[in-house]
Amino acid sequence: MTNADTRVVVAMSGGVDSSVAAALLAEQGYDVVGMMMRLWSDEAMGGAEHNRCCTPEQMADARRIADHLGIPFYVLDTKEVFRNTIVEYFIEGHRQGFTPNPCMECNRHIRFEYLLNTALSLDADYLATGHYARIDRDNAGLFRLRKGLDDAKDQSYVLSVMGQEQLSHTLFPIGEFPKPEVRALAAKFGLSVESKKDSQDLCFLGKNDYRDFLQLHAPEIMHPGPIVFKTGEIVGEHTGLANYTIGQRKGLGITHPEPLYVIAMNPYRNALVVGTKMDLGRDTLTAHRINWVSGTAPHEPFRAEVKIRYKSAAYPALVEPIGTDRMHVTFDEPLRDITPGQGAVVYAGDMVLGGGIIERGATP
Amino acid sequence: MATRRLVYLDHSATTPTDPRVVDMMLPYFSEVYGNALSAHQFGRKAEQAIETARITIAKILNCKPAEIIFTSGGSESDNLAIRGAAWVAKQAGKGNHLITTPIEHSAIGKTIQQMVQVMGFEQTIIPVNKHGMVNCDDFAAAITDKTIFTSIMYVNNEVGTIQPIAELAAIAHPHGVLFHTDAVQAAGQLTLDVQKLGVDMMSISAHKFYGPKGVGALYVREGIELLASQSGGSHEDGRRAGTHNTPLIVGMAKALELAYHEYETRIAHYQHMRDRLIQGILERVPQAELSGHPEQRLPSHASFVLNGIDANQLLIHIDLKGVAASSASACKTGNPEPSGVLLALGYDREAALGSLRLSVGQDTTPEDVEYAVNAIAESIETMLKFKKVVVVQG
Repeated sequence: MTNADTRVVVAMSGGVDSSVAAALLAEQGYDVVGMMMRLWSDEAMGGAEHNRCCTPEQMADARRIADHLGIPFYVLDTKEVFRNTIVEYFIEGHRQGFTPNPCMECNRHIRFEYLLNTALSLDADYLATGHYARIDRDNAGLFRLRKGLDDAKDQSYVLSVMGQEQLSHTLFPIGEFPKPEVRALAAKFGLSVESKKDSQDLCFLGKNDYRDFLQLHAPEIMHPGPIVFKTGEIVGEHTGLANYTIGQRKGLGITHPEPLYVIAMNPYRNALVVGTKMDLGRDTLTAHRINWVSGTAPHEPFRAEVKIRYKSAAYPALVEPIGTDRMHVTFDEPLRDITPGQGAVVYAGDMVLGGGIIERGATP
Repeated sequence: MATRRLVYLDHSATTPTDPRVVDMMLPYFSEVYGNALSAHQFGRKAEQAIETARITIAKILNCKPAEIIFTSGGSESDNLAIRGAAWVAKQAGKGNHLITTPIEHSAIGKTIQQMVQVMGFEQTIIPVNKHGMVNCDDFAAAITDKTIFTSIMYVNNEVGTIQPIAELAAIAHPHGVLFHTDAVQAAGQLTLDVQKLGVDMMSISAHKFYGPKGVGALYVREGIELLASQSGGSHEDGRRAGTHNTPLIVGMAKALELAYHEYETRIAHYQHMRDRLIQGILERVPQAELSGHPEQRLPSHASFVLNGIDANQLLIHIDLKGVAASSASACKTGNPEPSGVLLALGYDREAALGSLRLSVGQDTTPEDVEYAVNAIAESIETMLKFKKVVVVQG
């Protein structure tokens, strides 16, 4: 099959990464179709103009780039499925005292399920995105998900939800390039996006941060409650659990001889648990909803590196699989900010072995 | 990219300009370039071309040449007619009440809305039935002693239904109510004889009948005063300022002349192709239901409601197969809204998100129709198959 006979749907955002991805594929002669998802329009926040993603400007940018590349471009109405899965998941997670990672869920249910299925239904062979990650195959023919070449930009953490089926139909054209080179490519292809800033934070939040979003969309979960030590002693009042994050030190409003940190949340009592720096560290976690990239859960415990946040390093640990979809992780050194709801992603070097969602441990 | 057929079935959106029309227009760009208002021979030549065009169009409309105003298209004609005539009538103390339908083109609907909101007019929107047809009794009942103006479209663009314009106009006249019709879809396919129709004003647009884009006309019965919506020079008797676009005006006249000269052949062809399309879609697509009137519809126009099908996605599927069609809910920004026309016809929200319009033209062949029907049927099958997959996984 030649490139011209291979149809690739490119998820375009109007930004530099996906634009260069589309340009590279078009240059290689693929039958490229540009597609943008209209994910969210927050009428309560004043409509799509106030989104961080899929604003009218970004849509116009993506359309202009598609015209420039001579490829068809469509906008897909994804608002309903996005609200029902991602936004609800985000609100529900916070309601339960978690710090959810909606980007991972979006990759699981929107990008590599809804959009991929749409692409396949349009006779596409592949879905391409502008992620910094790489896909290759091992000697046995299994697809492997690897970090992007530019470690500072690597996005494999949020892609750890992908399995063999998804990887076999996915292309990451810019995963082989460092970011400065991608910007240079944008200039080479005549895409006038190269000066744009990287997209930041959750796309559906609008101008404000997630606290304002929750205040607006789920005010019922933003109840004030007690700040307690792990002994149960009440030392203050919080403004709503979702306003805090594990490891947070500032803004607690408590005077205490030692600096205090958020060490846990107890949604059943609507209590924010604080402690000293010594209380903060943990060296174990349990995660559920694990996706093993190879499609098969390992049977034996193994040594690997585990990342607990998108922007944290991968730390050495012992990983013990529990059944097919859970795992227990013991780090060599305690970590300060193991946060229930975030992803725990297992790496062997630059290879993603799998990932899941951090469960709430026993209150430390 | 695999080679594929290109099938254009969106002639209700616009048509290609007939090569004979293009040939007719060409000299008026660089050779006969004078300003029709200039007194010298350059100007006179342009004026002559424009007045000849006016006579040509007047013959087809069975009116006086002076009753034709050249405009930039359907929307401008509609704006000038409604705001221009209704305002003068209101200032003359004749009343402030307008009557219209819920299925008008937005050039009518939005203009009337603005007049109600900021200019002190009132409106009655008379209902339409499931086929998009206005009831003459409803219209008669809506007329009050304050009614000065009514605008009812000749043919609806979304569902193709033809309104009984002559009957409606006959009801309006004894009450002294001005009757305007938007004939943008009808022009080239139905009679434009304003005496038979009995209308006081009528809008047309050249690009719907194989003429160029950016030019249209408004028929205004002699004696009706209009407030200019575009003020300035003395062009068009002071009713529409702006230097005449000679080539476009010449092109419009030629296109209209050709349409009525070749009327029988064209209409027979449109109807033949349209009926094959309707038959093919209804046979192959179980979700499809013909929308609009089964008989009283524009010869070139087929429209459907596709129950449970996302029309926006269907258009992507068939576009990638080379078939160009349209949907009222289609939207380039991924924010489809249910069709207001289908809601007015009594369809529910879901159905109003699944409208499909296929409009044939002179070059449409039986092979095109067959290809398009296949592409649509297969795309819908695929969409439903993948929809099931998603549901199972979800």
